[in-house]
Parts: sequence; C-alpha cells; structure tokens
Amino acid sequence: MTNRTIVHLEINGRMQALDIEPRVTLLDALREHLGLTGTKKGCDHGQCGACTVHVDGERVLACLTLAAQAEGQAVTTIEGLAGSNGELHPVQAAFLEYDAFQCGYCTPGQIMSAVACIREGHAGSDDEIREYMSGNLCRCGAYPHIVAAVRQAAEDLTAHKQAAE
Amino acid sequence: MRDFSYFRAGSLDDARRAAALPSAMLLAGGTTLLDLAKCGVTEPESVVDITHLKGLGDIRVDAQGAFIGALARMSQIAEDAGIMTHFPAVSEALWQAASPQIRNMATSGGNLMQRTRCAYFRDPATFPACNKRAPGSGCSAIGGVNRNHAILGTSQSCIATNPGDLAAALVAFDAMVHLGERSVAVDDFFLLPGDTPDREHAIEPGEIITAITIPASPAARRSTYLKVRDRQSYEFAAASAAVGIELEPDGRTIRDLRVALGGVATKPWRARAVEDALRGKTLEPETVQRASLLAVEGALSSRVDQGVGRDGNHYKIELAPRVVARAILKVGGVA
Repeated sequence: MTNRTIVHLEINGRMQALDIEPRVTLLDALREHLGLTGTKKGCDHGQCGACTVHVDGERVLACLTLAAQAEGQAVTTIEGLAGSNGELHPVQAAFLEYDAFQCGYCTPGQIMSAVACIREGHAGSDDEIREYMSGNLCRCGAYPHIVAAVRQAAEDLTAHKQAAE
Repeated sequence: MRDFSYFRAGSLDDARRAAALPSAMLLAGGTTLLDLAKCGVTEPESVVDITHLKGLGDIRVDAQGAFIGALARMSQIAEDAGIMTHFPAVSEALWQAASPQIRNMATSGGNLMQRTRCAYFRDPATFPACNKRAPGSGCSAIGGVNRNHAILGTSQSCIATNPGDLAAALVAFDAMVHLGERSVAVDDFFLLPGDTPDREHAIEPGEIITAITIPASPAARRSTYLKVRDRQSYEFAAASAAVGIELEPDGRTIRDLRVALGGVATKPWRARAVEDALRGKTLEPETVQRASLLAVEGALSSRVDQGVGRDGNHYKIELAPRVVARAILKVGGVA
C-alpha cells in the first residue's frame, strides 16, 4: 500500500515540506527525513523524554506525535536553540558549566525540557525543578548537576529579563 | 507500527462519520494510541485526527460547576485558576499525572479513554493470553507478576488496573461525560471487566466525547488528591485517593464527604461505604482510620503462584485505607 501524505512543518524557523507515510512520527521525520539527529530516540514510547521538542513553543514528545498532526506548526529542536551567530542558549551554557551529563544521550531532551520548564515558571526551587523535569530520564544519574544547571539558567534568564525591562 | 490512513477531521460530524467505520480510531493527544500501536496492541486501519477541531478545548468554571472541553490539555486544566480554586483535587490529580510533556499533549477526553498499563496487555508478542486484548484467550496477570494489579472490581477474566488519576477525581465529584446526543455519569462511563474486559467504556462506535462537566459543591471546593507511588514523580499510583469534605459550622462534624480511589481497582473506584460511615461523625483520626478500612471491603489480592515476586498486590489492601485516611485528615485540616 503506497499511502503518502504531504506535511508542511516550520522546523527551526524554516518551512519544510515532507512526502511521508501518515504513520511517520515527528521524531522519525526529524531524524530520518530531515537529518536532524540532535533529537534522540530513547524508548520510543513516551517514557524517557529523550525526544522532547517544542511545538508552537510547548514541550512535547516527538515519538508520540505524528508528523501529520503537526501540519503547519512551528517545531523547535535542539539544533534551533543556539543564536544565529552560534552563541549557546543560556540553558546549553549552564549544562556545560555544571557538567550536567555523562554520556550525553538524554541531554538534548533535558535541555529542551529545561528551556520550557523555566519559561513555564516551574524552576522556582530544586524540588519544583525535580518535579517538572521528571519526564526526562538520565540513566547515567546526572540529576544533581542537571538540577544545578537548570537552577543557574533560570536565575540567569530572570536577571537577563529584568535587565532588559 | 502498521501503516494506516490519516484523516484530519474538519468538523465533529466528519469525525463521527469517519470514526464509525470498523478499524478506525480517533486521535487526539496521541499519547496512548501511538504508544499502543507501536506495541502492536491497537492496529487501526485509519486514524481520525480530531486535534484541530475548533471549540472543543474550552475550560469554564462558574457557580454551577466546571465545563471542560474534550480537547482541553491536561496541563491547561491543571493550571486553570477556576479549577484550582473550585476543584483542587482535579488540578492536583492532573499535575501529579504523567510528565509535563505528556500533559501538554494529552486531552481530557483521551485521558478518560486511556488503556490499562498491565504489562501483559501491552506485550502481545510475549504474552498472547489477554482477555482484554483477545477475548477468551485467558489472563497472564492472574498468577503472574501482579504487584500493580487491581484488588477491587476484578473478575476471573481480568485484574488490570485502571490507571486514571483525573478519572478518580471526577468519580468523587459526580462528573458527567458528554457524548453529543447523550450524557453519562462518569461512574457509569467506566465498566467493570466481568466476562467482557475488552469493553472498558460506555461509548459506542461513532460517538465522541465532547466535554466533561463537574457540578460545584462545597466538598469539591475543599478537596485534595493524594497519590502514593513507587517513585515520587512520573509514576502511576500504587494507591491514590481523591477526597472532598464539607464540615458543619462547628468545624468538626462531617456534613459531606467524597472519596474515590485510584490505582487499586479495575475502574475509578468510589468508596461510598467510607462516605456513609463518616457523614455526621466527628472528624478525628481514630474514627477516620476505622471508617477508611471500608474502602477495601471485598478486596481480593492476587497472590503470585509461580514464584515470581512475593506478595503480588496484597500490599494494596493495607495501603489503600491508609491513603484514604491520610487524605481525609489532610483535607479536614487535622493532619
């Protein structure tokens, strides 16, 4: 059965058209069809958070989203986070500074989740960060450094926002 | 995942027509459907995407109660100011469920339609026997590893736990599920397994959940959701309780009480025996603890016969009443 559908997605600010089977997830569309392998496939069942991306600014799991479902929507992946001049996003910089990883496989999902966690206003305390980052597993167990990085990035972003006002 | 055709519904009528066809399935948040399609548990030939239908995502709270559109996301409901004020148990049940990412995707209607997390149900390749998945094939959980399985509402056919947190809170406060032409009390929307565990919800092919409503009540306004689990976050309940209380003006006599259990039964479980035993009584620990034992009246644990694990789900019989008592005392301001 050749069953195809054309899907238009705005990936990291650029419109892309994909000719894919309807069953293709957003995760597979990113990795296999667009070559954006920064978004990781961990469990592929919504249990680990490695595939976290933003759709219209909200963090979601790319493995449980059909690419077709996201027709016309704006998708941000880890590749779209740094500035156009290559300057790291404050959350990326904090993860480096605090050594918030070991093997690094969960890191893109952790960072995308952390950016949203801070934007949602759920990074007010270590407990709150742990609760609202619980959808991202790290089998190396780098959690204490991840919490420290998110806390630091949240403070930096708040200070930056206040300075701008 | 088997290939399927994809149809984006332009209207509710479109969606109803398309979903009435055999082997068609509705897609909203997708967090259950795509997961189970990858497991080989569901194999839709066509998927009807209703995510983009207009007007089904509203949340409104007024003096009469709450109206929650079927496409409202879990995160939106959990953080809605009206829900937080008038139905705190609903908000708490939601933010303690799933993960932030899943809560941004999953809808209220889809949440009610989620399937059990029974590991045998989810793994057809390894465990062909499952009466819920393949009627008449048997149950692998009875006598298997059943630590997370139900102690209430079970049958010879099935002991799978309904995993819903939101559903438990809705059952406690007499919510209604709206299906367009008709409405069903949420307690009747979920079916006991009996001899037909494959039939879980009182919904017919071609019907679509359009909204959930919850009547306002003093007990709903003073309510909480207590969830006890193996890890602190992003985990299903070992036992949970949605509890609401209304006290007499003396501040210590119970006028109204609502109790529903999650994580221990084959459907969201209203504990009316606990409510009846405590209405009119004084809110104090010993009375509450004794009455809470009624929550597990008739409970049956499934001990493990085949040498895997130790006590199966027997611990839930002791745990559930403690969770109920703790929640009542907490919401009553005693603990």
